[in-house]
Amino acid sequence: MSTSDTALRPVPQVIAHEVTKPRETKKWVDWVTTTDHKKIGIMYLVLTFVFFILGGIEALMMRLQLSVPNNTLVTPEHYNELLTLHGTTMIFLFVVPVMAGFGNYFVPLMIGARDMAFPRLNALSFWLLVFGGVVFYFSLFFTPPEAGWWSYPPLSSILYSPSGGQDAWIFLIHLTGISSIVGAINFYATIVNMRAPGMGWGRLPLFVWSILIYAILLIIALPVIAAAVTMLLTDRHFGTHFFDPTDHGSPLLWEHLFWFFGHPEVYIMILPGFGIISEVIPVFSRKPIFGYKAIAAATCVIAFLALLVWGHHLFASPLPTVVLGFFMLSSFLIAIPTGVKIFNWIATLWRGSLVMTTSLYFAVGFIAIFTIGGITGVILAVFPIDWQLNDTYFVVAHFHYVLMGGAVFTVFAGLYYWYPKITGRLMNETLGKWSFWIMFWGFNMTFFVQHALGLSGMPRRVYTYPPGVGWSTYNLISTIGSFILGFGILLTFINVLRSLKRGAIAGPDPWKANTLEWFTTSPPPANNFDVIPRVRSVEPMRDIRRQIERDTGETQKTGGSEQFARA
Amino acid sequence: MPPPCALTPRTLRSDAKNDPRRRGKRRTGRRRLALAAALILLGSLLLAPDAFANFITPKSGGQPANEIHSLYLIVLYIAAVVFAIVEGALLYSVYKFRAKKGAVAAQIHGNTRLEIGWTVGAALILVVLTTITFIKLPSILNPPNTSASGLANGGVLTASTTEPSPPNGKKLVICITGRQFIWAYYYGSACENDPYTSKVVYSYQEMYVPANTTIILHIQSLDVIHSWWVPSLGGKVDAVPGYTTYTWFKASKVGALYHGQCAELCGRLHAAMTALVQVLTPAHFQRWLAYQKAAIAADDQQVLTLRKELVNSGNLITNVS
Repeated sequence: MSTSDTALRPVPQVIAHEVTKPRETKKWVDWVTTTDHKKIGIMYLVLTFVFFILGGIEALMMRLQLSVPNNTLVTPEHYNELLTLHGTTMIFLFVVPVMAGFGNYFVPLMIGARDMAFPRLNALSFWLLVFGGVVFYFSLFFTPPEAGWWSYPPLSSILYSPSGGQDAWIFLIHLTGISSIVGAINFYATIVNMRAPGMGWGRLPLFVWSILIYAILLIIALPVIAAAVTMLLTDRHFGTHFFDPTDHGSPLLWEHLFWFFGHPEVYIMILPGFGIISEVIPVFSRKPIFGYKAIAAATCVIAFLALLVWGHHLFASPLPTVVLGFFMLSSFLIAIPTGVKIFNWIATLWRGSLVMTTSLYFAVGFIAIFTIGGITGVILAVFPIDWQLNDTYFVVAHFHYVLMGGAVFTVFAGLYYWYPKITGRLMNETLGKWSFWIMFWGFNMTFFVQHALGLSGMPRRVYTYPPGVGWSTYNLISTIGSFILGFGILLTFINVLRSLKRGAIAGPDPWKANTLEWFTTSPPPANNFDVIPRVRSVEPMRDIRRQIERDTGETQKTGGSEQFARA
Repeated sequence: MPPPCALTPRTLRSDAKNDPRRRGKRRTGRRRLALAAALILLGSLLLAPDAFANFITPKSGGQPANEIHSLYLIVLYIAAVVFAIVEGALLYSVYKFRAKKGAVAAQIHGNTRLEIGWTVGAALILVVLTTITFIKLPSILNPPNTSASGLANGGVLTASTTEPSPPNGKKLVICITGRQFIWAYYYGSACENDPYTSKVVYSYQEMYVPANTTIILHIQSLDVIHSWWVPSLGGKVDAVPGYTTYTWFKASKVGALYHGQCAELCGRLHAAMTALVQVLTPAHFQRWLAYQKAAIAADDQQVLTLRKELVNSGNLITNVS
């Protein structure tokens, strides 16, 4: 943009400093009452990983039940409860808020701000999430919901789901919905107003771009589901008939409202993951991101198209053929910007000098797995084919390739990448790589065969199946794979806890990274920056390192990084 | 076209080859090689569909399942090429461009031509897919004529304009009603009016159909949303309360028994809501229809007699005579 300011070049410095607290408070009071975006970010990450563990245990229980035909380990009632808890937990209590956790911690740091725009609202959105999770999980002590995470009426109506578990589900959607909307408004205001001097839209880190779009999608999509669950609540308890087919209501209305939210939700979950990958890959390729503008533009195009593809969840519902055709084409279109991103990431790796850290392993593993999920997504978008594959294990495989192998792998890439910044210590790379390989193979073993299960006719959400229909072997392989996957995840948890005390000291910038969060100490001080450097490119930290080298004539050695740089 | 799929359990040769645990045990330095080998294996599996019928392709047997199957195969071949190119490029770059002594990363910020190229390339692939789908679509949507060897004109065959219909109008209408947790079938076009008062032949869970005859299905639900699906015969169609949905199928293999299952979560015993479709010769079907009609009438008579006895003896108080 402007070039006149480049003439004056002050030497940027990292200033380490002590923050004097006004008065001593107890540590836990400090955490509960905090409005510091970093502490809230850490609480988000810890809380969502607790829910990740709960959702994972539910998944493993389902896999155990399906390991052999006619299994009686779990009753049909409990199986339906498990599938509802698993889906709802993973989506509303893990993947969406874990991205908010990373966003909370790193958006202000990456744009050179001292906190979020509305620190108290930030605390509010975290505590609403806590209460949403508590309301939902307390139904475990009574009657958990059992209508699936879509809660299609009439199954979720008072007649077929009389228990309070369904209401607990509704309140979960309300509370986490308000939490996410408040958080999204906060992200939007922060990113629009509080960027460092010189950081125009063309110099915004790609992770921040993705959080900006994530926030916009949340603001558009969440009011729709909030309205829909309120209508379901009044149908259940206050005598309305929005979704009641016996009284001029329509179950199809719910399907439309739910998926009008539900499909953008998928991109809400994956776009910040794309953002993490767009940060990790250039850093460890020692190369600028290939096609910055194309990636940022693709993010916007995906978000726009995400609002136009909900109908592909309804291909088997009573809809005219022309509508099916429209949703097939719009779903095809969304494959283009997604493909552009994948090509750009591979082009970023191309002719780079790859530093093979665990974080990069997860990023590359993500691309490999997500590509499969993307391809099966295009196959499913062909609506006559979807008539065969919808609601089968093929779809289960598809969205786990996109969300488990996709979004969760990006979360792990982000975890290994940013852990040194959050804690000041590096995670163990050997253990991390073991964790990656076990997760990678466990994941593929669990979910690749599920394509075959769906193709051979196994519907999803069945609590058991008869022997002799060709499903037993695949199911057993899948169950064994799921425990391998679980073990791989456990290794990373061990790594996280172990490295808190025993990890090598990271220093401010262990990866020689590109963005401003690495300009601070690890962990960053309470107000992040004393001096906010002027941003002159997409890679301000690289500029700073170069300038220091130029001005002082010394090669910058940064903390524990050298062990990873073989060059 | 692969042979029609019979309902015998398949031995899954592919599984043993594909077991990742073996590879996971190899030493660190060889893992990437293993990754490449596995991806090549997966790729070759994708390129050899007939060897592993339902490992990578959907079930088939009757129409329109066969049509969907052939459309799926075309899409799968295109997908396999895309898969091989993308994963190949990814693996190559991870092998080739690791940090080495003296290697310096090329500082490339982008290449507009290349980027436009792959955007247009991706779009072209999707244009091809769209074209193929719309070429294939009529054979999936529109029911064909009943074959000469199918059910002869007369009896339950009707012509109507309110539902999908084969060009010459020869078809058998079956109304399907889903409820927790069983499928009911009402045979013949009279079922459109009211399956309860009109004396149509009905059966539960097991559907009997004549071979080589175009079957038109009217699908409804009495309670929650169900989904009608017999994989070997055709795609699924939701049974949504308040709506009637339509689909069709045509099976040619006499004696075949096709399994199906409700495909939309409908409650605790969703897994138990199964369907069987038994294909008979048209003559055999007519005999079955007559037999079922007689059996239903006999049972109705028995219920009526019992009811009268109970009312007469004062054990059943009712306001319906």
